[in-house]
Amino acid sequence: MTSRLPSGGLIDRSRTLSFRFDGKPMTGNPGDTLASALIANGTVLAGRSFKYHRPRGILTAGSEEPNALVELRTGARREANTKATTIELYDGLEAQSQNRWPSLAFDLLSVNSLVSPVFVAGFYYKTFMWPAAFWEKLYEPLIRRAAGLGRASKEPDPDHYEKAFAFCDVLVIGAGPAGLMAALTAARAGARVILCDEDFTFGGRLLSEQFSIDGQSGTEWAAAAAVELAQNPAVTLMRRTTVFGGYDQGTYGALERVGDHLPVPLPHTPRQRMWKIVAKRAVLAAGAVERQIVFGGNDRPGVMMASALRSYVNRFAAAPARRLAVFTNNDDGWKTVADCARANVPVEVVIDPRPAIPEAFRQLAARAGAQLFEGGQVSDAYGTAHGLQSIDVLTATGRTVPVSVDGLAMSGGWNPAVALTCHLGGRPVWRDDLSAFVAGGTPPGLAVAGAAAGAFDLRRCLADGIRLGAEAAEAAGFEAATSAAPEASDETLGLMPLWKVAGARTKAFVDFQNDVTAKDIALAEREGFRSVEHLKRYTTLGMATDQGKTANVNGLAIMASLTGKSIPETGTTTFRPPYTPVAIGAFAGHHREKHFRPTRLTPSHAWAAEQGAIFVETGQWLRAQWYPKPGETDWLTSVNREVTAVREGVGVCDVSTLGKIDIQGPDAGLLLDRVYINTFSALAVGKVRYGAMLREDGIVMDDGTTARLADDHYLMSTTTANAAKVMQHMEFCHQVLWPELDVQMVSVTEQWAQFSVAGPRARDTLAKLVDPPADISNAALPYMGVTDVAVCGGIRGRLFRISFSGELAYELAVPARYGNGVMRAIMAAGADYGIVAYGTEALGVMRIEKGHPAGNELNGTSTARDLGLGKMMSQKKDFVGRIMAERPGLTDPDRPALAGFKPVNRADRLRAGAHFIGVGAKPVAHHDEGYMTSVAFSPSLSHWIGLGLIKGGPNRYGERVRAYDPVRKGDIEVEICSPVFVDPEGARLRV
Amino acid sequence: MQIQCPYCGDRDAHEFAYLGDATVTRPDPAAPDAARAFYEYVYLRDNPAGPHKELWYHSAGCHSWLVVTRDTRTHAIESVAQVGAP
Repeated sequence: MTSRLPSGGLIDRSRTLSFRFDGKPMTGNPGDTLASALIANGTVLAGRSFKYHRPRGILTAGSEEPNALVELRTGARREANTKATTIELYDGLEAQSQNRWPSLAFDLLSVNSLVSPVFVAGFYYKTFMWPAAFWEKLYEPLIRRAAGLGRASKEPDPDHYEKAFAFCDVLVIGAGPAGLMAALTAARAGARVILCDEDFTFGGRLLSEQFSIDGQSGTEWAAAAAVELAQNPAVTLMRRTTVFGGYDQGTYGALERVGDHLPVPLPHTPRQRMWKIVAKRAVLAAGAVERQIVFGGNDRPGVMMASALRSYVNRFAAAPARRLAVFTNNDDGWKTVADCARANVPVEVVIDPRPAIPEAFRQLAARAGAQLFEGGQVSDAYGTAHGLQSIDVLTATGRTVPVSVDGLAMSGGWNPAVALTCHLGGRPVWRDDLSAFVAGGTPPGLAVAGAAAGAFDLRRCLADGIRLGAEAAEAAGFEAATSAAPEASDETLGLMPLWKVAGARTKAFVDFQNDVTAKDIALAEREGFRSVEHLKRYTTLGMATDQGKTANVNGLAIMASLTGKSIPETGTTTFRPPYTPVAIGAFAGHHREKHFRPTRLTPSHAWAAEQGAIFVETGQWLRAQWYPKPGETDWLTSVNREVTAVREGVGVCDVSTLGKIDIQGPDAGLLLDRVYINTFSALAVGKVRYGAMLREDGIVMDDGTTARLADDHYLMSTTTANAAKVMQHMEFCHQVLWPELDVQMVSVTEQWAQFSVAGPRARDTLAKLVDPPADISNAALPYMGVTDVAVCGGIRGRLFRISFSGELAYELAVPARYGNGVMRAIMAAGADYGIVAYGTEALGVMRIEKGHPAGNELNGTSTARDLGLGKMMSQKKDFVGRIMAERPGLTDPDRPALAGFKPVNRADRLRAGAHFIGVGAKPVAHHDEGYMTSVAFSPSLSHWIGLGLIKGGPNRYGERVRAYDPVRKGDIEVEICSPVFVDPEGARLRV
Repeated sequence: MQIQCPYCGDRDAHEFAYLGDATVTRPDPAAPDAARAFYEYVYLRDNPAGPHKELWYHSAGCHSWLVVTRDTRTHAIESVAQVGAP
């Protein structure tokens, strides 16, 4: 059965689009929405409600739709809770109704409606209070199955999303008559204009009404305006774009649905694009949302907003009913009668609660052949899942007259769309003359025009657009010529407030999407939840995905009448972004998985990859973790081999990821003295020193070595993880704390490739690389020395004699572009000594064997003393953190401090994270003495070793405690020892 | 939100790192009440509703530390200056 009107509308009848709803094949035309196509196919039932599973039809023709939510598309692209009223029809569209089982027309869970007393306001709080254990096991699964909306696709989203920025003089939000006029005026003045509308065609209500402007139809005028704007190069037109939020400093968030009107987005285009629009001025011309009237059965399929019905008849040439009732408390609703008569949609009856209506309307009703009930109201509507059957009209004299109809258009008046004026804290204010809330204050730079400002007639909309478009352009620095508003159709409102019909026999709904009835509001009032905020939370009024666009004001008005207060005394609800739901994917944009996260490769990465290295992410860096050799099946075998090779021969490791800060100037040493706990101004040129720096609160921030290259030139190294943080801190110390110091600094982390060459044969290896006549003997370059060198025939670099491994070791730095080649050269030079490349695992094992604190120990709570660095804290100078480090809590000798740990049974494996408790002590938090921070299998000692922070650590060597790890069922005895397991005298460093 | 860096011009707030109150100054570590003064310097902050001078670091730009005077109620930025500028 088709309900497509034989002519008219803004659809393209030359082309047919096929689609399926719940598997049933249907057809529509370009220009249709899914909702209009469903109506044209005679479909009345669109979904089931959230709580009661009541059958629901299509209520509106826009983004305010609470009922007609569907699952759009299939498979990975399936999207739940999509409004049929905003889905642009495309060929092959597939949609499923939601929240029904086994089928939409026959839904077993509609029995919820029969037990509805259980589901009244606050039912969660009252019904399921106890026992608490029942929540997880019984109530929650039960409620989740019974109540709900659509199903999410559980597959990864195959589409991509994009973020974009735009800047303009004037942003116009909404392309109805006011918005188009504002955009035209501002554009004619020369301003850069962006015009956004959520619809796919510009015109707003002009598309849905029978207006005339300057002798043209409203749709012709809108099309001409769009053409003029499109021809202006300073104007950007954004259709299918919802401005969903207003933010600081004239910034607006907008979502452009780039590919949602297509089966799949076009190649190389995103599905949606998130715009951040920065506008000098903005004009909000978002129109108004029609509100319903609360009467019995007002949610029955077939009951529709009057404006929506006109949209379907006028714009989409689809007739939602064949025997229509119109129920309106204002003049605007009467347009429905005129338009239906014009389109040959029979209007059976018109019910207008106003005691007296203009004579013209009486004549209109007569011309349309409709019975008129002046002063009457609709008390109840009756129907089934298949549609409306009849209504009860309560006449002015109190009689109830049943009328057989299959559709009802209702209009309770209009609510200006003021959401964007509230996003920065504005509160709407009530206007009695309009019976509506209007903007109570606007964010700087935003003006409200047209119906959004309560101008509910076309002439004033156009005049507002001209005035505010000109003002916005002028405020942005342009001269706007004033022009007269075009001639336009006359409109009147004449509204008599009617929120709720008294005497309804059946359930009367306020919030359709959350199934909140008039009774629920009365219950909330009786139980004391009278403030708006309580009302909202107790009943869930306005808390659904539609944010109560059609419901809130009615709910407020009903509460006002129950409490005997006025609506403004009762309160208002405010709005937060987004105006309509925005997919999380759109907010994320390309910031998904690895996209837009740089992967930083070390200079020798290509070489390491050739060797089959296993890589590990450390921050943004990808570093070689270990280098498996043929036949090695587990990481430990490889790591043990690498460590042993370094300790007995020589190894090389790319350590370029460490942060490097080049510091120059006469006061460079002084700045370092104030940043580090130890002294650097007295460091000799050509020497390197280990340093630690604190935060101002006395906790260790970072550590590393710093070399003095010249009197006024230092090179600092930081840990890989803290490179940026230390740079920021150094700049803070210089710019904010001590700007008088003459010093400059720059990060050179990426400029230098740096290789640790470690092991007894390290010098022999390097001797083959350095260009003569360089002397790298122990006498010429002793431990903790640094010198300029040239390697491989002219590559100028630096050679540091520093060691993290505890062996004779050097770090060779060359310009980063030579890193890959120098790595190969080092491997070749060391071949005679059995050189191995070692990764971060072996590096870590050797630093644990040497007791060097690293990230696990520098955990943001440890002090220099905790880490055994107390003696480094200079007494002769001030440094960041010095004063606060002396606080009693930080100097408490009982604080957990660094120590080493060995399993008493040497075969036991240690686990990082295990907590220390006394042998025989009960394993409770009270007995906690600290925890194991780092562990490794030591190939040098052939058993597991660990570092940890334990109360009184350095004073307890030899004592035994338990390493208790209940999560991994670990409970072993360990012996506290010195954290330096290998070469405690440091003899190997100095050979 | 945008911050007008005196060196780089209007830049998105994402490019900056926030530190906090710009009105506190590091106390004299040699003063007899240094312990208390440092405690207050490190931990105690006013939380004004209104104009607030605060330190921002242009981390993804010129590495300048800036004093931004921002209204905490509206995020309106009154002025931006290099720290220490007159």
